[in-house]
Amino acid sequence: MEHQNPSEVTFHHEPGGKEVVQKIIKTTVILSVITLIELALGFGIYFLHKTPDPSAALILFMKGVIVILSLLKAFYIVGVFMHLGDEIRNLIMTIVVPLLLFIWFIAAFLWDGDSWKMLRNTEGLSKPATEQSKPHLPATQGH
Amino acid sequence: MSTASVAQVETKWWTGGKSPFNVEYGKLMMWYFLMSDAFTFGAFLISYGTIRFSQNYWPDPNEVFNAFPFAGHANLPLAFVSLMTFILIVSSVTMVLAVHAGHHNDRKGVIKWMIWTIVGGAAFLGCQAWEWTHLITGDHAVLLNGKLEHIGTTVSRNPWGAAMPGMMHDGHPVSTTGPVAFGGYFFGITGFHGFHVFSGVIINIIMLIMTMNGTFDRRGHYLMIEKAGLYWHFVDLVWVFVFLCFYLI
Repeated sequence: MEHQNPSEVTFHHEPGGKEVVQKIIKTTVILSVITLIELALGFGIYFLHKTPDPSAALILFMKGVIVILSLLKAFYIVGVFMHLGDEIRNLIMTIVVPLLLFIWFIAAFLWDGDSWKMLRNTEGLSKPATEQSKPHLPATQGH
Repeated sequence: MSTASVAQVETKWWTGGKSPFNVEYGKLMMWYFLMSDAFTFGAFLISYGTIRFSQNYWPDPNEVFNAFPFAGHANLPLAFVSLMTFILIVSSVTMVLAVHAGHHNDRKGVIKWMIWTIVGGAAFLGCQAWEWTHLITGDHAVLLNGKLEHIGTTVSRNPWGAAMPGMMHDGHPVSTTGPVAFGGYFFGITGFHGFHVFSGVIINIIMLIMTMNGTFDRRGHYLMIEKAGLYWHFVDLVWVFVFLCFYLI
């Protein structure tokens, strides 16, 4: 680490030129290819919907693959383009660990939306308001 | 304090004398701002997911977003939004190259790549303006209170409902109105993202002017370009998830 100026302590400078540009080009190609695969899967879902009896499990699987590919894209953008991968481990952890909250955040709220739909479709919202105040046992059995 | 402990203090990580994260204050705070902004966008997208999961019917994005400028009524699902995605990825790449040129104090390189980044951001905003206009003004015939009406997609009306049995006189299926939340979430979240792109373009223009004036050469470093770059990449990162949630799945 150079200490040219005491007010700016130890900012590192990226070494060399060529290999960095090569890494950028490689990451660009990876991001483009992932996007093309996502689009291909998107079109796959579109044409599956057009068939008379589309398999819900297959569509869900394809959507899952698209989600994983998007997370991979996020990893490359943050790790390479934003250079988070080059930072000190402690710094990376102060960014990444709070983001783990998203695991609960996504699971809890999508679950809540699903339960809302169940109530909408069963006794919860379809009965008159006077009957809603009764404790409804079947709803507690479900997930 | 003996003199021996002074030498020890210098080697410890958190006792001063060195930057523990080896990063400039402004850049660290930009990271924490972006982390909080990720939670803002995350909360919006998750609330969209909650509402979508609670509905029995949700419009198919391939039916809604199937237009392309100057292509008339051709059915081109995913085409325009793919173009927007690639514009943003390319502008992210030019931003990395600007940051890279900044590391080498290459003023001409920074200017060149910043201009391309700004062009990419402006192109993206233009695409978004076209898409919004198309969605708001594009009329579709739907059955509304027992009458056939032509409405566009706004935050209060949604023509993308389920198809009814039977056909209209011109052979098109008759449909009902769809969930109102569709327009609200689409315009709300893409609008909030578009606002980020817009402010990113403004920040990039300011960085370009400062580079042209030689401000960073006088400072001896191009760290401001890095911080603007972090913000710009974050905008691209958010688009990955907006693209995922609104168009792909």
